[in-house]
Amino acid sequence: MPNLWILIIIGVVAVMGFVGARQRALSSGQGDIRNLHSLPSFYGTNAMLAGLIPSLVVLALWTAFQPLVIQSSVTHIIEADQELSDGQLSLAMTDVRRIATGLELAIESGRLDLDEVMDMRADVTDVRPLLGEMGVAVGSDVTPRDLDAAQRFVAMAQTGNLLKTVLVIALSVLGTAFAFVRTSAVFRARIAVERVTMALLIAAASIAILTTVGIVLSMIVNTVEFFRLYPATDFFFGTRWNGTSQLGVLPLLWGTLYISVIALIVAVPIGLFAAIYLSEYASPAVRSFAKPALEVLAGIPTIVYGLFALLTVGPFLLRVFGSGGTFGVDWMSGATAVITAGVVMGIMLIPFVSSLSDDIINAVPQAMRDGSLGLGATPSETIKQVVMPAALPGIVGAILLAASRAIGETMIVVLGAGAAARLSMNPFEAMTTVTTRIVSQLTGDADFTSAQALVAFALGMTLFVITLALNVFALYIVRKYREQYD
Amino acid sequence: MTDATASHTPQPGQGSETAKSSLFTVSPRTRRRNASERRFKAYGITAILLGLLFLCFLVYSILSKGLPAFTRTVAEVELTLTQAQIDEAESTLLKTGAYRDLMIAELGEVLGDVEPEAIQRIVGNPGAMLRNFYTANPDAIGTTVAFELPTASRVDGYFKGRITREGQANSTFLTPSDLDLADRMQEEGIIKREFNWQFLTGAEASDDNPVAAGIGVSVVGSFYMMFVVLALSLPIGVAASIYLEEFAPKNRFTDLIEVNISNLAAVPSIVFGILGLAFFIQFAGLPRSAPLVGGLVLTLMTLPTIIISTRASLRAVPPSIRDAALGVGASKMQSVFHHVLPLALPGILTGTIIGLAQALGETAPLLLIGMVGFVALRYPDTIASGFLDSNSAMPAQIYTWAARADQIFYEKAWGGIIVLLVFLLTMNIIAVILRRRFERRW
Repeated sequence: MPNLWILIIIGVVAVMGFVGARQRALSSGQGDIRNLHSLPSFYGTNAMLAGLIPSLVVLALWTAFQPLVIQSSVTHIIEADQELSDGQLSLAMTDVRRIATGLELAIESGRLDLDEVMDMRADVTDVRPLLGEMGVAVGSDVTPRDLDAAQRFVAMAQTGNLLKTVLVIALSVLGTAFAFVRTSAVFRARIAVERVTMALLIAAASIAILTTVGIVLSMIVNTVEFFRLYPATDFFFGTRWNGTSQLGVLPLLWGTLYISVIALIVAVPIGLFAAIYLSEYASPAVRSFAKPALEVLAGIPTIVYGLFALLTVGPFLLRVFGSGGTFGVDWMSGATAVITAGVVMGIMLIPFVSSLSDDIINAVPQAMRDGSLGLGATPSETIKQVVMPAALPGIVGAILLAASRAIGETMIVVLGAGAAARLSMNPFEAMTTVTTRIVSQLTGDADFTSAQALVAFALGMTLFVITLALNVFALYIVRKYREQYD
Repeated sequence: MTDATASHTPQPGQGSETAKSSLFTVSPRTRRRNASERRFKAYGITAILLGLLFLCFLVYSILSKGLPAFTRTVAEVELTLTQAQIDEAESTLLKTGAYRDLMIAELGEVLGDVEPEAIQRIVGNPGAMLRNFYTANPDAIGTTVAFELPTASRVDGYFKGRITREGQANSTFLTPSDLDLADRMQEEGIIKREFNWQFLTGAEASDDNPVAAGIGVSVVGSFYMMFVVLALSLPIGVAASIYLEEFAPKNRFTDLIEVNISNLAAVPSIVFGILGLAFFIQFAGLPRSAPLVGGLVLTLMTLPTIIISTRASLRAVPPSIRDAALGVGASKMQSVFHHVLPLALPGILTGTIIGLAQALGETAPLLLIGMVGFVALRYPDTIASGFLDSNSAMPAQIYTWAARADQIFYEKAWGGIIVLLVFLLTMNIIAVILRRRFERRW
């Protein structure tokens, strides 16, 4: 039975439980809700939750894990006669899965029944035309081994689905019935419902932890796998990268840092001065127009900046600095370069720096400004000698956060920075970054067992650790600063 | 206040060795200080103007390069094909080529003395469209049918100014004399420009037929993803914020959650893509390029944003509301769900819409779960299959176009960006309106 039907049945049982338990509570309190411990709807909700939660949890887990169990069991059949490499195995599994899909379709459409499918033998029946009839194209003739595995696949899936249906519906009915029986005037339904609600709230809050654990686990497992294929020292200290046999991270880190530094050189002065002007000089009218206008820059998706770098800024810089350009210097040979990506990323970071700094400057107590102005300092002297020193830790924190954004930024560098990994000082050359390489190693039909694909996880881990360290450090500085004036 | 010059206070009886200070003459030092004040202010104004200039430049380059994608150049032809001609065309090896030749012959009669190759270079390859039409409408055979067929992408580029006459001087794909012919056809009303509906409703197209490419299918893919994101991140985010803001005791577990949320908000988006690839595709075996997987990844990415804004709006509800509810006998849970949550709802919705807008424009994680390079040629068959069928998403589609070689795809990419920004703008305007109308100041 498909999951949709199971869900509908569970839903109907839950609604019946709600109505039934509510009714039972009312009648147990002689129709007067003052005799009940809780409001009638709590009794209903209690019965509903008792049926819904266990059955939904089981349904979700079963649906998630059944394919894994079947997969491992079928793998045994395929590997029974010979050892296969991971690549061959995954190819064979794909074949088996296609055959199994065809067989399932045949059963569903009533062309065959389950017993007929189980009795099929590859040397007797020609399976391929049958599968073709079902709209499943198989590359070569079906071998007995594959058919065996596919039959096992189909059989297990059928039994599993049947068991799942029975178990889930039974759980839903039993849970509801249990809650229904417990329902009486003295039963503390509200306490029970609130306890369940609280558990759900905690579960939702824990997803943040699960996500972090998921990120770290998914990267650590694959990174460890990568370091078994490729020595860690070569990865961390290698100065060459070609994407296949030489996988040294240093050129990528260099490109990343170089572009980030250029981005910060663009973004920090503009963002900082904009924040100072907006918070210290601007009239409310200017502020109410300029601040949202600058923040529009932050709301634009990075793919737009990427295209802007590739098709507008890059060609423009090429016209200025390229051969036959405005300055007559031949420094730039292609539109994609460190400076292209850096400048565009800087534009993207302006609102980031300006709104963070704005908050921090505004948090400096007015009394400090008043004191300085009262002693005869000009506004700019007040800002330079009083406000800025007080806000400095926070601003450093903001710049570090901007740096972490720059390091993790992907689309601008994918489109604007180029693909050549090199250790060079020339900002007009194309260079590549950690994020760009993650994308290029993992797009397309990646085979997850090769060092070329796994290196992306090691790169991701490096990126994650660097940005995490920057964020933690930045937050530490910001927090430490806040304590001074609160 | 700027005129105070402390060191120059004259001492009585000391003579006039130091310059006499007066409120009416400005001392050099004051002048210096005032100049530096003006400079400093000018830096600030320059910074803001630069920021706004970048914004204008960005908007200008999007509009100027993207708007042409919304029009297309079509050639208008009236064809009267007989059954015999159709049969003959069907019997050749290159059927669509035969249909194209029929059309070129018709155009040649209208235009008079021109070589058929030139016409072909102008009209491109409309054979398949013609053939599909006649296969679908056999009644039309023998009658006169007016077709509006998109021209070759270079001709389209010529009329939009993307391709110049000088640039084509040595081209064999479209010669200068072809351009003369195209100009003539425009004067005679055969070639004209019209609004390109196909760009809004169409699907990705192959390199041979770039004029047909449209963003419609990937808009649908984006909608599926946004549905998943909304359905998951709103309830989970609100539940998590309620727990952290209203119930959580101060202990190590809740500290851990807090630290995790603030860190996840700053994790680069591509890392979420790696998580999606390793967990949802590699481990859980979900299909690549499926909007469901994209939605799940974007949900994890959006959750911190939604949690942070929801907590802020819960915090903005004054404690007196809670106290009043508790005072008339509500349980803690009831006070939160019946009183605090409804009052915080506008703020929560605003935060959710902004989070969704962010997710809609996010590209990097989608690259890793296979939404790029995939050619989404048709709409999903049923509503339910749309979640698991391979599809693209708007930003991924734009990236795919940007990575193509043909110039016309760049135009499509800019046009796609306009469509994307229109969606984002609408969402943000809705958020602002919600905030203005419903947000209460306590």
